[in-house]
Amino acid sequence: MTTPTAALVSFKQRHRAVGSRTIKAWYRNGSLMAGIIIVGMLVLVAVLAPILAPYDPIAQHLTNALESPSAAHWLGTDKFGRDVLSRLIWGAQVDLRVGFLAVLIPFVIGSVLGAIAGYFGGWLDTVLMRIVDIFFAFPFYVMVIVLVFVFGSGEASIYIAIAAVSWVSYARIVRGEVLIAKKQDYVVAARLGGMSHARILTKHIGPNVLSQAIIYAMSDIVMDIMAIVTLGYLGLGINPPTAEWGSMINDGQEFITTQWQQATIPGLVVVVTSLGLSLLGDGLSDLLSPERRK
Amino acid sequence: MLHRLRFLPGRLVQSIPVVFGVTLIVFFMARLLPGNPALALLGQHATPASVAALSKQLGLNTPIWEQYLLFVGRLFQGNLGTSLTYQLPVTQLVAQAIPVTLSLLGMALLLSLIISIPLAAVAAFKPASGRDLGVRAFTLLGQGMPQFWLGIMLILLLAVGLRAFPVGGYGTTAADHPYYLFLPALTLAITMCPTIIRSLRASIINVLGSEYIGTAKSKGSYGAALFRGHVLRNAAIPTVSIIGVNLGFLVGGSLVIEKVFALPGLGSLMINAIFARDFPTIQGVTLFVALFVVLVGILTDVVYTMLDPRVNLGAKEQS
Repeated sequence: MTTPTAALVSFKQRHRAVGSRTIKAWYRNGSLMAGIIIVGMLVLVAVLAPILAPYDPIAQHLTNALESPSAAHWLGTDKFGRDVLSRLIWGAQVDLRVGFLAVLIPFVIGSVLGAIAGYFGGWLDTVLMRIVDIFFAFPFYVMVIVLVFVFGSGEASIYIAIAAVSWVSYARIVRGEVLIAKKQDYVVAARLGGMSHARILTKHIGPNVLSQAIIYAMSDIVMDIMAIVTLGYLGLGINPPTAEWGSMINDGQEFITTQWQQATIPGLVVVVTSLGLSLLGDGLSDLLSPERRK
Repeated sequence: MLHRLRFLPGRLVQSIPVVFGVTLIVFFMARLLPGNPALALLGQHATPASVAALSKQLGLNTPIWEQYLLFVGRLFQGNLGTSLTYQLPVTQLVAQAIPVTLSLLGMALLLSLIISIPLAAVAAFKPASGRDLGVRAFTLLGQGMPQFWLGIMLILLLAVGLRAFPVGGYGTTAADHPYYLFLPALTLAITMCPTIIRSLRASIINVLGSEYIGTAKSKGSYGAALFRGHVLRNAAIPTVSIIGVNLGFLVGGSLVIEKVFALPGLGSLMINAIFARDFPTIQGVTLFVALFVVLVGILTDVVYTMLDPRVNLGAKEQS
């Protein structure tokens, strides 16, 4: 039963919700645009690195090591006399590439396993979800660091390590979505219509449940870039002398009191990158699932 | 009150397969290393005699499941092996490092609550206002900063620039420790805040729209008393489980942060072990951290149940 007060309150709530939703929809869509612009520019810089970078990112010139920013070297040079700006530009290529690619494998593996577990249920679901629980016990960095150690440093190890850790999140998300979707009328109808399980999963459930996984993937890219940068900082990531933001921060940390920009700027670039990706993710989230907007 | 904890035995039983799986993964980590595991475990110190001795000790000639049983049997005796670099039992090294990491985590959690609660409230009381956008910008920045880089920046500003805090280390006396832990804890707190703020903001907005807040207001409750007694207590419940889930993230972050601030905790132990290829220590720390996360998960459920009388985990159907 609804009391008059309750009706009034819920009306007010609804009213407020609609009002703030339009404002939000506006600035959230703004965030999509802002995200696209930021990420687009970074990708452009990465792709055009050979043209944009004024110097060779790995050529050492020990005679002009640790120079302060000047007209010739806008951001100065590092301890091996390498141009910091050029390394930053080439670093975009490495960090963005690894960040984007690292998401793909766990996205596919996790989504497929999660969908199968959620759709068929039963012992398969129980076993898979227990495995997911086990993997969740290991903090992301602990597992990634240990696995990169086990497989040896380098790009391939990073992909394997990140895939081994982060498939569980996709599995959990997609499983939850499939559990909801499989009870929907359209799935029941498709089943009654005699469609095979495989066809229902790929044609009917898949497109409806993937949006949440895609939205998660956007924040996952941010997390992967953080992981790559952190591994680089710890000296476990992409092998030197390849320019990479994390190892640049590590190189610069020694000279933090005299050449503060060396450790600061690459970090700022990471901040801008993840900001762009987060904005893009928020915007996509509104675009793909408007009904979940809060 | 205690009758609500009836779910606990069941929950503990449920975590047994998880703990079992954790030991399985930690065991197989050593088997993933290329070459003879005994050789990998011994590292540079390996001599043909010592490799043969360790192979025998690990039961490398026996079937793999027997080796695993041997490994688990040792774990039950509290034997994690001997560190290759320090020549000390790994349990002893881990035990020395635990207080440092735990105090760091505790302080980080405290600081993140001190920062998050007011910010979430400020944002939630006027959604979509300028203040709300400001808080949102803070959360976006906070989650976009690599933790170790934020640590370096705080060192640059507060330790090198203002000389207000030490650049690293743990101090020598117990009174020193909080002072030395402050910057690393603040670093972790800032990266933890966005998650807490986002959850707390959403639930405060939810609570503010509820009927009981209207009732409390109409009975004359307002301001801080209303916020503490009615809003925060209810809004905190979902946030508790978010914090519980993210403590794992915090533990992972603390490993890296300890390295930045040269704190002698589990993180430094593990990263130094990685560079020394000291595999027993890596295994020991990984195992301990994973078990800690499992334990935190159980504790979160306990706190959650205590806070919210409506939650009845005991009656929840098995999913």
